[in-house]
Amino acid sequence: MSEPVLSKLIADLAGGRIRIVDLTQTLSPDFPQIVLPPEMGQAWPFRIEEASRYDARGPGWYWNNFSCSEHTGTHFDAPIHWISGRHLPENSTDTIAVQNFIAPACVLDCSREAAADADFLLTLDFLKKWERRHGRIAPASWILMRTDWSKRTDPVAYQNIDATGQHTPGPDSEAVKFLVQERQVLGFGSEAIGTDAGQGFHLKPPYPCHYYMHGAGRFGLQCLTNLDLLPPVGAVIIAAPLKIKEGSGSPLRVLALVPEPAAAAPRRAADRRAGRKRR
Amino acid sequence: MTPPLVRPPRKNPILRTRLPNLPPGGRSRVALGLTAAAALGRFELQVCRDCGTVQYPPREACRACLSHRLDWRAQDGAGELVSATLLHHSNELFYRERMPWRLGLVKLDCGPLIVAHLHGDCAPAPARVRVSLNLDRAGLAALVALPEKDTPNMADDRQLREMTCDPKFRKVLITDAKTALGQALVEAVVAAGADLVWAGHAEAWKKPPGFERLSAIPQVSLLPLDLTDSRAVKQLAGEIGGRVDILINTADYHRNFGISGREGIETARAEMDINYFGLLRLAQEFAPAMRARGADGQSSAVAWVNILSVFALSNFPPHGTYSASKAAALSLAQCLRAELAPAGVRVINIFPGPLDDEWNQSLPPPKIAPTRLAADIVAALRGGGEDVFPGDIAQDWLARWRDNPKALERELAAMPHQ
Repeated sequence: MSEPVLSKLIADLAGGRIRIVDLTQTLSPDFPQIVLPPEMGQAWPFRIEEASRYDARGPGWYWNNFSCSEHTGTHFDAPIHWISGRHLPENSTDTIAVQNFIAPACVLDCSREAAADADFLLTLDFLKKWERRHGRIAPASWILMRTDWSKRTDPVAYQNIDATGQHTPGPDSEAVKFLVQERQVLGFGSEAIGTDAGQGFHLKPPYPCHYYMHGAGRFGLQCLTNLDLLPPVGAVIIAAPLKIKEGSGSPLRVLALVPEPAAAAPRRAADRRAGRKRR
Repeated sequence: MTPPLVRPPRKNPILRTRLPNLPPGGRSRVALGLTAAAALGRFELQVCRDCGTVQYPPREACRACLSHRLDWRAQDGAGELVSATLLHHSNELFYRERMPWRLGLVKLDCGPLIVAHLHGDCAPAPARVRVSLNLDRAGLAALVALPEKDTPNMADDRQLREMTCDPKFRKVLITDAKTALGQALVEAVVAAGADLVWAGHAEAWKKPPGFERLSAIPQVSLLPLDLTDSRAVKQLAGEIGGRVDILINTADYHRNFGISGREGIETARAEMDINYFGLLRLAQEFAPAMRARGADGQSSAVAWVNILSVFALSNFPPHGTYSASKAAALSLAQCLRAELAPAGVRVINIFPGPLDDEWNQSLPPPKIAPTRLAADIVAALRGGGEDVFPGDIAQDWLARWRDNPKALERELAAMPHQ
């Protein structure tokens, strides 16, 4: 029964009618990790140690051992990550139903606002305007906040920290509550280092996106890139975290399937700039 | 009088880099007593407990009464230069390459007549001199006769410079220049005449107060360096490793917990990752080039400085996991010392007491100020020792540890936790 459906998918992929866009940052020691006060427990940055490279340590092969946090690089947040989601069923990376790992996406373009104000907060008003243009947000969709923050390739600019903390865009409390309660979204994805704004600690409640999303069993995606290559609606996200026992999250490869009509000629040029090959 | 050192000319790239040869090695176990004193920057000689004779060279028994009851005791080194000799020939490769070499016969006030390396500013015999015990390039004790009073440019004496690690006209890597100590050290090393200071800084997005001012110093070159990142350390060693004359490892991760004060091992692992593995990563990548440049002209590779802690000697339970990481680093530093010894590159270990910083906030004074510690590190480079205990606390702990390590262990265990 399902065979013809998947055959069509494969044919569309092979025929270029569906593009695959990589939304993942490269795992590298140079990519910054989240900053917490130094007396607290810390997230490990990505680190890599060579085990052998066709040498005395292993003559015929090259391989490495790496270490990182569950929350390093482009990563997935499970509900158990936050105190509000700690008692929910199926709240960790090993128990979340796999159906959640392939889902449609709504992409909210906040790039102009984020360029003007690093502390930009996505509001309910912004969501409502977006819905008027692109239609009602479907249940179980990823909400991806495009800010072009990933274009800040200098880690200092990406972190954007001063004496008052981090300054990166994110959603406000009201917007998150609306997405969770009124639209039953699957989760929230961002280009910055957290789903919450850099100054999210000072919102009510602190870190509202973590608090409400995870409290309702929803997910997070952070440190995404290439959101500018996605259409506002119509893309499908493949985001499956590693099956870590009681994992609170996981670095992962995030891919978007994008129907070709959304990708007209100018986008192909953008695609080439980003160094990807069309299938 | 010694002329001031002039900036060495650039290296002639068509000439083979001179290989490091060392002054003659090989000392008896008894004679290593001199080296033990020199390592701590002290001048000690054997004194007979029975007849009081002070003797040199060290022997198994007293040369006056044959007693074997000999103690190493501090001497002030004052004496009279009896005669001076300018040596023009030696079969020892190290001296052969550095001819002519001044030697002097000195009658120490405490008794022995000794042969010493003679500083160029000593007045012609007979003249009063001060004799000090320095480690030579072989890491062994050598007697050096210095003028009775300091002279201008004294440190620039060609022979003395072979016994010290003076930063003047040398290129220095400071691995973490972001901390208060790192910042103070950058300034102290520049003030000491360093040609170039590479100031390492990890996590560029965290800017500590004061750090920006370093970039305004002409000799300073800021560069990203995170000792937890093996590839980055390797990369940097490839870029500048062949030019580093003095490496000062200031990178330090310090939290104040014992075993029961903090759940899990994350903090302890982070301490080990910087304090122990960080040193290991640096040593694997930077030591090979330094080994090759142990005799590379007037400004050769000369010293590797580790900022350890007096807690490395005996565990300070309120900072128990930090103490353990520093003990591990001390052990590794001994391995590094052995591996750099053939090149004549000195490994200097600094064992400060608690630094006056945020991680020792709740410890009562005295605490050593970062600027004071920086000055002591530069003094250590200009001196002749290799194990330095700066400040009153460190000196006190060292004395108690040498006297009775078990007693110190019990005393530290009884100290109130924060």
